[in-house]
Amino acid sequence: MPGIVGYGAFIPRNRIRSEEIARQWGKDAASIQRGLLLKEKSVPGLDEDTITISVAAGRAALARAGIDPQKVGALYIGSESHPYAVKPSGTVVLEALGMGPEIHVADFEFACKAGTEAMSVALAMVESGRAEYAMGIGADTSQGAPNDALEFSASAGGAAYIFGKAHVLVEVLETYSFTSDTPDFWRREGEFYPRHAGRFTGEPAYFHHVLSATRGILERSGLKPSDFRYAVFHMPNGKFPLAAGKQLGFTDKQLETGWVVNLMGNTYSGSSPTGLAAVLDEAHPGDLILITSFGSGAGSDSFILRATELLPERQSLAPTVRSMLDHPRKYLSYGEYAKLRRKIIVND
Amino acid sequence: MPSPRYVREIPSRYRLEAGRCAGCGRVLYPARKVCPSCRGQEIQTIRLSRKGTVVTSTVIHVPPDEFLNEAPYAMAVVETPEGARLMTQIVDCDPSSVTPGMSVDLEFRLVREERKSGILCYGHKGVPSGA
Amino acid sequence: MREVAVIGTGMTRFGELWDSSLRDLCVEAALGALTSAGTDTLDSIYLGNMSAGQFVAQEHLGPLMADYLGMAGVPATRVESACASGGMALRSAFLEVASGMSDLVLAAGVEKMNDGADVTGVLATASDQEVEVYYGVTFPGLYAMIARAHMEKYGTTEEDLSWVSVKAHRNGARNRKAQFRRAVSLEEVMSSSMVAEPLRLLHCSPVTDGAAAVLLCPLERAREFTDRPVKILASGAASSTLSLSHRKDPADLDAVELSGRRAYKMAGLAPSDIQVAEVHDCFAIAEICCYEALGFVEQGKGKDAARDGLTDLGGKIPVNTSGGLKSKGHPVGATGIAQAVTIVEQLRGEAGESQVEGARIGLTQNMGGSGASSVVHIFQGV
Repeated sequence: MPGIVGYGAFIPRNRIRSEEIARQWGKDAASIQRGLLLKEKSVPGLDEDTITISVAAGRAALARAGIDPQKVGALYIGSESHPYAVKPSGTVVLEALGMGPEIHVADFEFACKAGTEAMSVALAMVESGRAEYAMGIGADTSQGAPNDALEFSASAGGAAYIFGKAHVLVEVLETYSFTSDTPDFWRREGEFYPRHAGRFTGEPAYFHHVLSATRGILERSGLKPSDFRYAVFHMPNGKFPLAAGKQLGFTDKQLETGWVVNLMGNTYSGSSPTGLAAVLDEAHPGDLILITSFGSGAGSDSFILRATELLPERQSLAPTVRSMLDHPRKYLSYGEYAKLRRKIIVND
Repeated sequence: MPSPRYVREIPSRYRLEAGRCAGCGRVLYPARKVCPSCRGQEIQTIRLSRKGTVVTSTVIHVPPDEFLNEAPYAMAVVETPEGARLMTQIVDCDPSSVTPGMSVDLEFRLVREERKSGILCYGHKGVPSGA
Repeated sequence: MREVAVIGTGMTRFGELWDSSLRDLCVEAALGALTSAGTDTLDSIYLGNMSAGQFVAQEHLGPLMADYLGMAGVPATRVESACASGGMALRSAFLEVASGMSDLVLAAGVEKMNDGADVTGVLATASDQEVEVYYGVTFPGLYAMIARAHMEKYGTTEEDLSWVSVKAHRNGARNRKAQFRRAVSLEEVMSSSMVAEPLRLLHCSPVTDGAAAVLLCPLERAREFTDRPVKILASGAASSTLSLSHRKDPADLDAVELSGRRAYKMAGLAPSDIQVAEVHDCFAIAEICCYEALGFVEQGKGKDAARDGLTDLGGKIPVNTSGGLKSKGHPVGATGIAQAVTIVEQLRGEAGESQVEGARIGLTQNMGGSGASSVVHIFQGV
């Protein structure tokens, strides 16, 4: 059965606290934190972007897989902050990881869902036999508009997954996707910041697709929430994934390991993939794991996974998500944050 | 940065490909055609491990134009376990904390960009080990 | 090889010379040398210049110099070795006379740095573009790393560096052509703004426009032009690795040592025979390293020399009585020639307030990049 043969994540080391952002805009930090359940988020350096994060996550995945990078037949990177508008992130990453030139590469975009898309297609390449191994990465250094609610959550990070048929660490038992045209959050070409439709991003967008996809995969697989050890949902803020999980019948205990958003923020295409990596860092053989992503526009990809006996010995071969969350380097002032996020207009 | 000049350096910058002289064993980074130690011309390709030790360092306060907003930043000569030496920035730390003897890991980073419209140039920078 | 003498010198003021273009500077210095020798013909011209192409978008400086001197037709060569361009131009001119090929050869140097280019970026092209500059290092950054390595190895301190700058300015105050003509205190040096740790603004030579020229001819003809010729006893040059990371030891300027040894050998002299010297203090640490590499002091003892007055005007071996690059200024391509002008003046007894009494043997040392090239000349008053 095909599945994940290697996984890895990377979270940039700088942070900014919600209080500091609230202070900047004269907002009440306490109520923001209560409403969004966000303590702090990761901030990329001027020298970090989706490509560098993908390389770090990809290296970790290769370390855990223990395979020759030359055997990876496909590389897909999903992001909404690819460094180039035209020129793929994947080509830089493949060279850095020592893969290719006999490799299929494509960049994906679908707001926050692009990571699981990359994973879906990588899985399909392996299942079809077209590639012995295929890597799917979700990574972002997303922008939140100043003085907007999303500024508290938009962060940076990502995770990489290598799929294969042999020496599988985590089997993929089922997949399911649910998609419709729902313009809840978008960015037009040439615009620097995205826009969103306020409360419309909740029920008709996030919840409708996450719940439908999860219910769909449960029905298709014949499983129920209590069969799972872990569940990971896309994390646009701290509240939504917990509410969705509860509505679906999952307990806080099932949700807590993959719930990384309160310390990391929403890394968009990297959000649920990083939450999944946090789960895989701990999971035991036989554990069933559900992951449902969400990308505005809108759609959700769901996977049902099962850890194998091979997983535990690979967990420590690369940095764990927890170790990256628990050891940030520096807390930034809003000014430092604005400089790093290029929100300050400078002379060219 | 002109693309042809950039592309030639991809193996050494992206994968830390270096050369080992078959004659005297000296490791050259980047690889060259002629060994500076023994003038031998049989050079094998190897890859450096992504870590090293700081040999000497400084903190740049007055940067070149392209690095204006990154200053101050630490730069160091780093020696890898293979005996190769390279020069790069040391990041994700207080620049003043970089000292000779410090252990660093080499991470893939964006090194420079040509203003708003040119190509993006990548390479490795050092991060203090255990960061 | 024939013996070679310097028979004339010329030099512009060094500083921010807004009214002078590159060609103005060339002509002024060259005319100075020709006038001081009382002649109006040349057989050949060598012009040292590092980066006119990047500073003022002008290459092909040889013909430019000859043309604007009114001497189109004279063979003219531009010599480049980063900051050692001037010294290498002198060496080339020396060889052309010594070989017997030409009699009257002008060795000049010029740099026009203040016309709006990104000076930090241009100077960095003297280092390794692919290995060093790509990652954001600057010229001061490279010397800062040399300083830190020297400090680690020999215990040199920031204060030791600062005494070199204090001496430079004290000497420069006596030089009417210097860019900076005021003394500075140790406190001023040590509190100036940081450029690249540990080097501060007052440890670094400035950005300067200027030109200098010396006229050479065979010694046997020198008395036709001057009654105080100065013989060039030796020329020694060496190269080292371009990038600092490939150097055997970042604290050790091996090219300086090698070029010095070659020059001493050719002259049949030892470091202790040198009575006055101009060395390449692009940064204070460079002067300290040069004291050691040239054998004026033992390896590792360079840090005490300026502080203890060893290299002061009244000291055992006066170094940089002109004010050095720090106070006199450092128009890159001109520096090597300007050093020669100073030593020639010293050996002719024409150095005025800066005169080293009875100086007969002098040395110039000119260096390029972070020590990738070095050229040493030894002179004798005849």
